[in-house]
Amino acid sequence: MPSWATRRIHRRHETFIQWALFVCAALSVLTTAAIIFVLLSNAVYAPGSKVAFFERVSLAEFLTSTQWKPRDGEGGQFGIWPLLSGTFLVAFIASAVSIPAGLGAAIYMSEYAHPREREWLKPVLEILAGIPSVVFGFFALKFITPWILKPLLQWLGMDVAVFNSLSAGIVVGIMVTPLIASLSEDVIRSVPRSLREAAFALGSTRFDVSARVVVPAALSGILASFLLAFSRAVGETMAVAIAAGGNPLLTLNPLRGSQTMTGFMVHASTGDSAADSISRMSMYAVGITLFVITLAINLLSGWIMRRFREVYQ
Amino acid sequence: MKDREAACLSGQWFDVEGGADMAERNSGLSVPPSVRGVDRNLDTSSHAAAIDVRNMNFYYGEHQVLFDISLMVPERSVTALIGPSGCGKSTFLRTLNRMNDLVEGTKCTGECLVEGQNIMDPAVDVVLLRKHVGMVFQKSTPFPKSIFDNVAYGPRVAGEKNRSVLADLVESCLRKAALWEEVRDRLHTSAMALSGGQQQRLCIARTLATNPRIILMDEPASALDPASTDRIENLIGELCANYTIVIVTHNMQQASRVSHQTAFFFKGHLVECGPTMQIFTSPSEKQTEDYITGRFG
Amino acid sequence: MSVAAGSQIASPEISFSSGGDSTIRRRLLLSLIFKWVCRLMTYGALAVLAVLLTSIVWNSLGRLSPGFLVNHYSMNPARCGILAGVWGTFWLVLLTACFSIPIGVGSAVYLEELARDNVIVRVIKVNLSNLAGVPSIVYGILGLTAFRPMTLFLQELFDGRHAINVMGLFRVRLLQLEIFDGNVLVGAMTMSLVVLPTVIIASQEALRAVPSSIRIASLALGATRWQTIWRQVIPAALPGISTGVILSISRAMGEAAPLMMIGVLTVASMCPGGIESPLQLITNPTRVLSVPFDQFTAMPVEIYDWSKQPDPQDRFTAVAASGIVVLLVVLLLINATAMIIRAKTARGLKW
Repeated sequence: MPSWATRRIHRRHETFIQWALFVCAALSVLTTAAIIFVLLSNAVYAPGSKVAFFERVSLAEFLTSTQWKPRDGEGGQFGIWPLLSGTFLVAFIASAVSIPAGLGAAIYMSEYAHPREREWLKPVLEILAGIPSVVFGFFALKFITPWILKPLLQWLGMDVAVFNSLSAGIVVGIMVTPLIASLSEDVIRSVPRSLREAAFALGSTRFDVSARVVVPAALSGILASFLLAFSRAVGETMAVAIAAGGNPLLTLNPLRGSQTMTGFMVHASTGDSAADSISRMSMYAVGITLFVITLAINLLSGWIMRRFREVYQ
Repeated sequence: MKDREAACLSGQWFDVEGGADMAERNSGLSVPPSVRGVDRNLDTSSHAAAIDVRNMNFYYGEHQVLFDISLMVPERSVTALIGPSGCGKSTFLRTLNRMNDLVEGTKCTGECLVEGQNIMDPAVDVVLLRKHVGMVFQKSTPFPKSIFDNVAYGPRVAGEKNRSVLADLVESCLRKAALWEEVRDRLHTSAMALSGGQQQRLCIARTLATNPRIILMDEPASALDPASTDRIENLIGELCANYTIVIVTHNMQQASRVSHQTAFFFKGHLVECGPTMQIFTSPSEKQTEDYITGRFG
Repeated sequence: MSVAAGSQIASPEISFSSGGDSTIRRRLLLSLIFKWVCRLMTYGALAVLAVLLTSIVWNSLGRLSPGFLVNHYSMNPARCGILAGVWGTFWLVLLTACFSIPIGVGSAVYLEELARDNVIVRVIKVNLSNLAGVPSIVYGILGLTAFRPMTLFLQELFDGRHAINVMGLFRVRLLQLEIFDGNVLVGAMTMSLVVLPTVIIASQEALRAVPSSIRIASLALGATRWQTIWRQVIPAALPGISTGVILSISRAMGEAAPLMMIGVLTVASMCPGGIESPLQLITNPTRVLSVPFDQFTAMPVEIYDWSKQPDPQDRFTAVAASGIVVLLVVLLLINATAMIIRAKTARGLKW
């Protein structure tokens, strides 16, 4: 075969591969589109004979009712607030745990730890990040609540339920701590060394350098990592489904049980109601709420992080 | 020539004898005029020693970079450290406020007396030391804060909270750094928006705000345009009336313009140190002369 | 602290030792406290890890035995085992890897090596970083809604009544297969979507670490773009890709939420395809064919179920803890493999 012929075969062959790989890459866009389509077509407007959730329950009821009783037939009430309060209660407790711990660890690893110490600290924190969510749920239910919260709160004269938001929030906080630590550490380390030196040359202690120069300089990036962790906490499922229980209460009392959006979705999927029943369809309405909230927080976080990178790169 | 000297008259240490011209005529080397305020014929032997380094050796791990340096820096004068790249002059400068402590695996032996105290002593607190021995870096390093907060940084970390005291201090330091007129209307805007030269003067103002006695400058003008360099040099001339300045520069013209005393470093050794006029007109070492006349480096 | 010009000429008594100055002593103390607070946070996280592992091992003591690995689910906690979950997770992860590795690495190669910077590619990249942040349970909804009709369709197709007419010449009767709801295939497809973004991002990073000099050298020798990628870039990036891919896919092992959504079994007393021991893979290989369409459960799903068992004597706690130990050991082995690959190549290949 003459060389130009093999060349042409090559070229056709390569064009094919290129297209195949493009399809692979485009699949991720298709996934997003599919998620949005599935959520919208079941929650907002259903084509064909099905009736979407919001065609049966008004958006006003969804957003204003304070009761979440996803029953078919009489007595069903679909107000998202109990689920939202549960979700945000857990997420805020998680932030209260993970922000100081994660930021402290990030500062320690970037400003204080010896390089050799950091070399083993990071992988060990990665192990913590790699532990499955169900394991944390078990830990909350079987260790944190009975062995830590119960004795402590009883000593303080308070009563804590077996399923409670506090233990769920604590374990979710532990779960996202490595995320904050690793993202914030990256951000803090990207603050130029010259800035640290300048601060030291002005007679700063290490605390002054960290707290007055480095952390403020990295603040937007650190904030972005907090937001990302918050969104992770909002979307966290199994730990919360185990530890917080399944009672959708509109309460901010962390010692009682609550149901989060994700917890409800797990609960609804294991139920045995018909596929097109309203209790089942409510899952999509909750799903779309969850999707929109996490997406919004992630986009905000990404935007802040990009702005931070522009300053130093 | 006489006109130029007349321009120098305002300098506080000016010596009427005009020895500079004599020296220039005697050797074949040319020396540029000094900046305002720097009198190169100032006899610094009567000055007390601000810094007195004795037999200093410095190592990065196993690698020795400074060999047996002994150098005296008289107070309220400008000492220039010159030499080719990698000769150890910046490392030496950074030992004077122990900035090298921040680098892992460094070791320093010998004595370094600052204000009569050996700063190598473990009992010395580097935070206090650096407050009295300020430093200005090659690259301007404004903190991503407002101009005011940049200057007020040093006093604030030292515990000063009173706003009016801080405001007075910021103004006086910015005035001393010849920046006040340019920024007085935008003190609370970001320092990152200033030009390179302005940023460098801001860094000098920030250093002045900690009330140091000694200011170390590591090639403070090498990243600046000629006009900004000029301003920095003039500023050094003004500051040397009250501060002891040690400046590292690779620009020999600059060294000769701004300094009273010049030290020539080569491969980690201090080859020669003496009054600037003498170093630039009749150096005693061959290496110094070769370097100054541009035969290497 | 007032400074007027020239005021510092007097007063030579400066002391650099912190002994006499209370302000500096306070600042140094503050700095020290801050350091210890930060250190406490770091090591506190590690201590929590230690407490977590200890409490789980402690709970599993007395229940964890070889029998736990080979027994099926039982209402009697003393006889309950994790066999179905182990096999379910095995098949799930295997199929997930089959889907997500080619697609994920292919996407990464396209985005890093072939794509020109245009609107579509930028949309793909932005979309990718956002997909990585979508909660896994949302993928579960997608699996439940989009892949389930597929199961129904396959049920229709393989119920033994249909045949394919080949060019009007002869009819081929389709294999009769039982297709179950919540089968391994649907689980794996859903799980692939969950891990794809991380697989792609990890592979992209590995490809980015390959120096461009390799590409230029290969192209300069007359290789085409694809030859360069296939013979030079991918082999060079392979250790990095495999580490990243292993770590990403091991996440699929611990995920339960999407599986709960698509309706896998929580209580299972059978393994997919009826395969209960590795020996059966050899003695009865045709069973493997029915695995993707069979019902299944996975380790994290079983653990969830055991944790939630309302047992007054709390006897399922030990079962759940034992399940967690098994799951964590498997995860640890996989992560160790990835770490070893990373460590070996980090030493062998220094660019």
